[in-house]
Amino acid sequence: MPVSAMIAPMQTIISVSELSKTYPSGFQALKGINLDIRRGEIFALLGPNGAGKTTLIGIICGIVKASAGTVRVDGHDIIADYRAARSLIGLVPQELTTDAFESVWATVSFSRGLFGKRANPDYIEKILRDLSLWDKKDNKIITLSGGMKRRLLIAKALSHEPEILFLDEPTAGVDVNLRRDMWQLVRALKATGVTILLTTHYIDEAEEMADRIGVISKGEIILVEEKRELMRQLGKKQLTLHLQTPLERIPSTLGAYRLDLSSDGSELTYTYDAQGERSGIVALLKDLNEAAIVFKDLHTTQSSLEEIFVSLVKDAK
Amino acid sequence: MNVPAMRAIYSFEMARTRRTLLQSIVSPVISTSLYFVVFGAAIGSRIAEIDGISYGAFIVPGLIMLSLLTQSVSNASFGIYFPKFTGTIYELLSAPVSYLEIAASYVGAAATKSMILGLIILATAGLFVPIQVAHPLWMLLFLVLTAVTFSLFGFIIGIWADNFEKLQLVPLLIITPLTFLGGSFYSINMLPPIWQTITLFNPVVYLVSGFRWSFYNIADVSVGISLAMTLLFLAIFLAIVAWIFKTGYRLKT
Repeated sequence: MPVSAMIAPMQTIISVSELSKTYPSGFQALKGINLDIRRGEIFALLGPNGAGKTTLIGIICGIVKASAGTVRVDGHDIIADYRAARSLIGLVPQELTTDAFESVWATVSFSRGLFGKRANPDYIEKILRDLSLWDKKDNKIITLSGGMKRRLLIAKALSHEPEILFLDEPTAGVDVNLRRDMWQLVRALKATGVTILLTTHYIDEAEEMADRIGVISKGEIILVEEKRELMRQLGKKQLTLHLQTPLERIPSTLGAYRLDLSSDGSELTYTYDAQGERSGIVALLKDLNEAAIVFKDLHTTQSSLEEIFVSLVKDAK
Repeated sequence: MNVPAMRAIYSFEMARTRRTLLQSIVSPVISTSLYFVVFGAAIGSRIAEIDGISYGAFIVPGLIMLSLLTQSVSNASFGIYFPKFTGTIYELLSAPVSYLEIAASYVGAAATKSMILGLIILATAGLFVPIQVAHPLWMLLFLVLTAVTFSLFGFIIGIWADNFEKLQLVPLLIITPLTFLGGSFYSINMLPPIWQTITLFNPVVYLVSGFRWSFYNIADVSVGISLAMTLLFLAIFLAIVAWIFKTGYRLKT
């Protein structure tokens, strides 16, 4: 049994260490990245366009040469032991790059062979059925819709039964239904033990699916956190009160609270920390009562990952 | 060694040939037939025999060489250029295959195609002129060596080219002129002495000469030198391919 397999339960399956990449143009895409991906998790790498997401994936898969640093996949160095490392990974690229004149069946079978696996028509059939491509198996790729091509690329990536699946912006330009299907598929894969690394700039995608989230900006990982923890730590809650009679200003007796008054004076917003033991709401309501401020309705909102992300990336600039 | 991968690439390339049967096989056969009609029948009947061989038969090895060289180069260059162009090369680069396996598969497929084509042209030529093959094994050896060597050359061009124009440039500007001037249609002994010397700098001379020797036992340069030169070109192209893969030239940034 390999050493890595004995370390339970939070095994690292991909270990990126001090990884840097400077392109010949001088552009520094990655600046000393350190990142561990755990076996069996869904890890979402979030970042704006040009942050280095695709470069990072490219290096791990062997498409881009690193300038410095190392990457190990299940203990195998991606350079010295590239065969072992690469055979564990299935890559779904961002662009819909396919051989237009090949049939669906032929291209998926080709991918399996390319990754050193013996032909297994039953397995290919299963993948194509799972991805609703079975009735298109003899069609030329050129005749497929964009969504089908996306699924075809996933089928190609899964054809060699990888332990790790990289999805580079899987739902870019994909309609809502297909997006839901894709999420479902990813969850099903995770259930079979496949580790998934997903890059996206759709925050809701990460929020919906990821176990952990890494944020990359300008070639640096600025945060890696459990999604729930991230939401909890950074999540703010807001209580909005719709007032019976508009206020001109916030009374000084309420100065201790983080209150904002809407411009027309009809809404009072109280911001508090969702993780705090005391929200302060009870005290606030009591003080409002004493100040004779009457409200007709109220609602609370929790900040989304999107807001967290935007503020993080803004801070990094 | 990743044998399934090599088989996959090889089969993929051969399948591409089957899909494009018309341009892969039929069109070279038609153009070669036209050469026979013009040079073999129409003009050839008025040209004297060369070393006891009728002109129509004399040009057969040269014509096969012409197709072998151009087809090897274009098959192999297109085979590796196309994935670069469409972007599907990502899969090749991310697969657990060595560069040697990639090159061997593409070159193997391109060489197979051009050899099949060479043999089809030989058979076609047989319909027009009487053909004898004095040394069949040597003929096959030259066929294989030339096909592999120039498929390697094509592979290099395919990696170097970053647009379709460059892809066409080398076959058009180098291979075709060198073949025409390399004794495909004449014996270099027919040239003035100064041109005989200059011609010896044309690598195709050695390929055509050796190949023609295997047919008719006649050669412009000794067969040993022909073989040595063919092997030399093979070694040069192998070295360039090795360098490309070592540096990732035009493949990886």
